[in-house]
Amino acid sequence: MNINMTLIGQTIAFAIFVWFCIKYVWPPISTALHERQKRIAEGLDAASRASRDLELAQEQASQTLRESKEQASQILEQANKRSAQIVEEAREQARAEGERLIAGARAEIDQEIQRAKDELRAQVSSLAVAGAERVLEASVDEKAHRKLLDQLAAEL
Amino acid sequence: MAAGNEVTAASYIQHHLQNLTFGRHPENGWSIAHSAEEAREMGFWAIHLDTMGWSIAMGLLFIWLFRKAGKIATTGVPGGLQNAVEMVIEFIESLVRSAFHGRNPIIAPLALTLFVWILLMNTLKIIPVDYLPELFARLGVEYMKIVPTTDVNATLGMALGVFILILYYSFKVKGVGGFARELSLTPFNVWLLVPFNLVLEIVGLVVKPFSLAMRLFGNMFAGEVIFILIALLPFWAIWLLDVPWAIFHILVITLQAFIFTMLTVVYLSAAHEHH
Repeated sequence: MNINMTLIGQTIAFAIFVWFCIKYVWPPISTALHERQKRIAEGLDAASRASRDLELAQEQASQTLRESKEQASQILEQANKRSAQIVEEAREQARAEGERLIAGARAEIDQEIQRAKDELRAQVSSLAVAGAERVLEASVDEKAHRKLLDQLAAEL
Repeated sequence: MAAGNEVTAASYIQHHLQNLTFGRHPENGWSIAHSAEEAREMGFWAIHLDTMGWSIAMGLLFIWLFRKAGKIATTGVPGGLQNAVEMVIEFIESLVRSAFHGRNPIIAPLALTLFVWILLMNTLKIIPVDYLPELFARLGVEYMKIVPTTDVNATLGMALGVFILILYYSFKVKGVGGFARELSLTPFNVWLLVPFNLVLEIVGLVVKPFSLAMRLFGNMFAGEVIFILIALLPFWAIWLLDVPWAIFHILVITLQAFIFTMLTVVYLSAAHEHH
């Protein structure tokens, strides 16, 4: 247990090791450590931000869904209304068409009646003449009475 | 080595506690001491080759390991070595943050060097006491005490370095006047009691490095003596005591390295404080 120069030697070695540690050992490791700490903190931050974003997006999506549902029901309603309108229109048209057809038919009937009347009118004179001939049992001058009979027929 | 009789046991212990000393002998000049007496006769102008060699080897091991970790240090996913080194660094950082109340970028690397270096030097003690001395004896080296911290020169040398730093920062932070005032006016702020204060404070100051050195040296030296005594038992009985003592010493080794580091940080923190 002698105190000797080893004491000084040890102090010098100590100083050199400490100097080397300060200069070359501590800084890179410490820097890397703190850098990583920062990066981890940033990562956690980003993760929480992302989850917040996700929440926002979900909310947006649900809102869009709700809106589109509303729109769809609106469109459906409109379509229903439109179809009712179309049916109504069709019914109206059908009725009009029917009425037109009925009117046409009526006109035709009237025409037929007129024609039948005309025909009757044309024949009535000869029938009357034939009747009169038989009544008189004499020959009647057809030409002399024709004019009179036509006048009679026109009055019919 | 089993004890033959008391003389061989005593010489065995003494042999194991003798450093390999190189120095200026009054008669032989600069040479390696061949006995404890010769080593003693060399006085101050001698150096313990084993203490210096092993402590520098451990220091280089520390520097090499940590420098390697520093070179491959990435901010990404760390590897095994980097993980281990970062664990030590974070431990030291938190220690310094809790114990040191100033701002000085020197303190943390200083604490790291002290802690790991002392830990490595202490750890040499786990190697069975006869292995390396026997090996060196075969190589023709007479003495080999491999644990530097069982040499008071080594612990006192480190404590001296710490003491110089304490003085340096006391003068730097407080100024000569401030430091002198602290020494002479605390704990009793009365002019009459200045001499008393001076004695008290200077003793307190000087005791710091001695307490550091003696605590580490005492623990390590005592542990080493016990290991040597255990080694004197018959070979089949050695493990019975050696294993528990070695396991216990794993705790002592770490604890002593921690205490030395912690107290250094605390002393330097006190040196930075204004009153």
